[in-house]
Amino acid sequence: MPTYTLTINGVDQELEADPAMPLLWALRDVLGMVGTKFGCGIGQCGACTVHVDGQPMRACSIPASALVGRSITTIEGLAADANLTALQQAWVDLDVPQCGYCQSGQLMAAAALLESKPNPTDDDIDAAMAGNYCRCGTYVRIRQAIHQAASNKTAMFYDATATNAEEDVA
Amino acid sequence: MSLQNEHQQVVETVEQALSQEVRRLSETESGLTADNLSRRGFLKLSGVAGGGLVLAMALPSTKSMAQEEQDITGSMELNTFIKVTSEGKIQIYAQAPDMGQGVRTALPMIAAEELGVKWEDVEVLQAPVAERFGVQFAGGSLSVPREYQKMREMGASAREMFIGAAAAAMNVPREELKVEDSMVIHTSGQSMSFAELAQPSLANQPVPDPGTLKFKDKSEYKIIGSSQITGIDNTFLVTGNPLFGIDIKIPDMLYASYMKCPSISGKAVSANLEDIKRLPGIKDAFIIEGDGNFQQLLSGVAIVGNSTWAVFNAKQQLKVEWDTSSASKDSWTAMVEFADGNKDNDGSEPIAEVGDVAAAFADPANKVLTSHYEYPFLSHFCLEPINCTADYKKGENGEADTLDLWAPHQFPARMYTAAETVFGLPKEQVMVHPVTRIGGGFGRRFTSEFVCEAIAISKHVGAPVKLTWSREDCVRHDFYRSGGFQTVKAAVDADGKLVAWQNHLFATKLGERYTWEGRLNETEFPMLNVPNVKATKTPYEIGTPCGALRAPGSNVNAFVAESFINELAVAAGRDHLEFLLEIMGEPRWFEEGNPRSLHTGRAAGVIKAAAEKAGWGRQLPAGQGLGLAFHFSHAGYVAQVADVTVSSDKKLIVNKVTVAVDVGPIINMSGARAQVEGSVIDGISAMVGQKITMEDGAIEQSNFHDYPVMRIPATPEIDIHFLETDNPPTGLGEPAYPVVTPAVTNAIFAATGQRIRKLPLREHGYSI
Ligand code: FES
Ligand code: FES
Repeated sequence: MPTYTLTINGVDQELEADPAMPLLWALRDVLGMVGTKFGCGIGQCGACTVHVDGQPMRACSIPASALVGRSITTIEGLAADANLTALQQAWVDLDVPQCGYCQSGQLMAAAALLESKPNPTDDDIDAAMAGNYCRCGTYVRIRQAIHQAASNKTAMFYDATATNAEEDVA
Repeated sequence: MSLQNEHQQVVETVEQALSQEVRRLSETESGLTADNLSRRGFLKLSGVAGGGLVLAMALPSTKSMAQEEQDITGSMELNTFIKVTSEGKIQIYAQAPDMGQGVRTALPMIAAEELGVKWEDVEVLQAPVAERFGVQFAGGSLSVPREYQKMREMGASAREMFIGAAAAAMNVPREELKVEDSMVIHTSGQSMSFAELAQPSLANQPVPDPGTLKFKDKSEYKIIGSSQITGIDNTFLVTGNPLFGIDIKIPDMLYASYMKCPSISGKAVSANLEDIKRLPGIKDAFIIEGDGNFQQLLSGVAIVGNSTWAVFNAKQQLKVEWDTSSASKDSWTAMVEFADGNKDNDGSEPIAEVGDVAAAFADPANKVLTSHYEYPFLSHFCLEPINCTADYKKGENGEADTLDLWAPHQFPARMYTAAETVFGLPKEQVMVHPVTRIGGGFGRRFTSEFVCEAIAISKHVGAPVKLTWSREDCVRHDFYRSGGFQTVKAAVDADGKLVAWQNHLFATKLGERYTWEGRLNETEFPMLNVPNVKATKTPYEIGTPCGALRAPGSNVNAFVAESFINELAVAAGRDHLEFLLEIMGEPRWFEEGNPRSLHTGRAAGVIKAAAEKAGWGRQLPAGQGLGLAFHFSHAGYVAQVADVTVSSDKKLIVNKVTVAVDVGPIINMSGARAQVEGSVIDGISAMVGQKITMEDGAIEQSNFHDYPVMRIPATPEIDIHFLETDNPPTGLGEPAYPVVTPAVTNAIFAATGQRIRKLPLREHGYSI
């Protein structure tokens, strides 16, 4: 089995794997980095989204060996230090995750969007995030969280301003 | 009258599990002596947990419990669910895994509220799969109603112990003390923190009799209903921590895939196993005979290798000869033809008969309407594919075999049953490890066939294996929402009042058991609201496994009933809102004292609220329309108004969905809203594009490309209103889901005049 070196989250990692093995499985099974998720394996769902040289890519659809010399960022490396990024913080504060399984991919797609468009419109969000499927239906909050991170608002809990309870009208 | 149809199986399942446990316990009970009762045992006997499981908690009866007993170090246990660390932090066990419904957050919130701890001081631990935690089951929107009182008792009981310890330490009467924000405070203002009180004397406090516990008044709540509290695992999720079953990695673990017959329940006869074994990364490939039971272990070909990719890749090159003589022969085309040929029949099996529908239909003063409805099979499409990690170890030197299991399962204790039934391994030899999160459940993960597959593979190769299903496996071997057909007929009198309702259901069944969608109950709305009712079914045998999918039964019945009510209102020249409220009539319980029966006043409450908030009755431009629907399921009352725009090329834009909900008080506000948002999106997703079909017993869809799901651009504005009536809290994972479909189809009718009686919308040329 050939050995090659990948640069993941700024760290060079040597791995021994079949050259055809997609990055997704190299990360999960060989390197034990399981934050990147398997959803469909055919590039449709976005659960496996990572950054390659800052661009969002489907880790299930690129052979790991093709990425030698490129810079790979995964969800584990999204926060450069111990602190969450504004985007991750918005995700926590607005309580975006339901089951949470799609959220690594959502965050990676959203981070790439904010990198290229620091103040995205709803249309920009739709265009950038349409490839990321959320089975639980967290889209309302994904949109809000991206806006919140973009405007760098101080943490505002989910819908704290809305009226949460109505009087019984019966 | 019986419980609502949709609850019946879930409740039965739970009750079955309980009675089994109780039976097993009564066999071992005689072994109990005062000496072998640990403090934990004492607590359980004192009845803190209440109910028939009390004794269970004293007995380390599984491998996991024995191990867990040894693990308890460091923190002090106040009761089954609550521990306190030496720093005064409170640890609360989450009873069931979280699949996105928020139980890991909501249930500990209830205990924390009564205890009086600051939410920041709470750590949520995932409970081991063990009897003392009660029924560790997530589904049926039952977690909150089932656990609410118990969690309150756990919290209040721990609070009383803190008060007792503080009373002794401060030398004041306990009546003068209260607990707030992790402090015990005396009327003088003097106080002690939980950290100061976390001494052995705390654990030695007597456990209060549950009957004496007092609970907080709603007005004192700081945690319950707070919108500041968000999901307990959020930080771990956004940083990619391993929380899911599929993330499990254990030493020396191999990876496995399993190929079953495309025609469900067929048998593997032979395969190119030698070719497969030569492929890179492959360690073994073999046929598993199975037992022919799709709930347990179907025949197939196992491939084991050193990565998921290696085994997936090898699976692509697998050539299998299948024996389909015992396989499903189901054909969607044949079902459609059968239903079409029988739609105007009477139906051979009665469901309900009240009054005289025939007379109402014959009355020339009445207007009579008949419609045929059709809905497809659906797949769950949980984003985390089915997986299970199993480590089967042969006992050496005459020792018994052991088994360790990790799997995303909505009812983890059932894995013990599977290990015992299929592999003859008694509980003492098995350990089901808790899994923190499940990547979507929706009713898919109640069965244990994937667990049996993983066990069989691990046993065969003599190594721990993680079995992962590909997306294609998940789609082709699901336990589907059954498709079906209903003929509904109704009469409105000269005043436009609904006087007769008749329903004939095409009822799919597997062997003796009707599917959820084949079990229309006589209590299904609106049958109790109408004076003359008749419901019948025509059974139809299928071989395709079916199971629960979010609000099972209700999710098709709501589409039919709520659409047809709209048809009737239109035919009678009535406003839908007014017509629906008239059907509800005077506020009353249909069955006094049964909170799971319909209360017409609560129903009218949500209907009025949704209509009012949505601006029902307002003028809209051409191509835009409002649609109203109500449904009662899982003890929850939900009304929705959909606001849609349909373009000339049938592009559907759902502008806004207004939702009014009455499930009593809301525990976890953010989580409750999330369930409603998710239900609305899930409902639109399914109604627009999703349909599973089969021919020759084989499912024809396989992945996202042919089972389209809604994506972010189609997301409507969702405006949610909780009525929070003074009724016991009930669950919210399901009841909002069935309502959105008819709300949207009724809105399409209002916008375009096209009545939708068949799903999905894609087949009528619609797109989103
Ligand atoms: S797993 Fe890569 S896009 Fe779905
Ligand atoms: S949160 Fe469950 S799939 Fe997105």
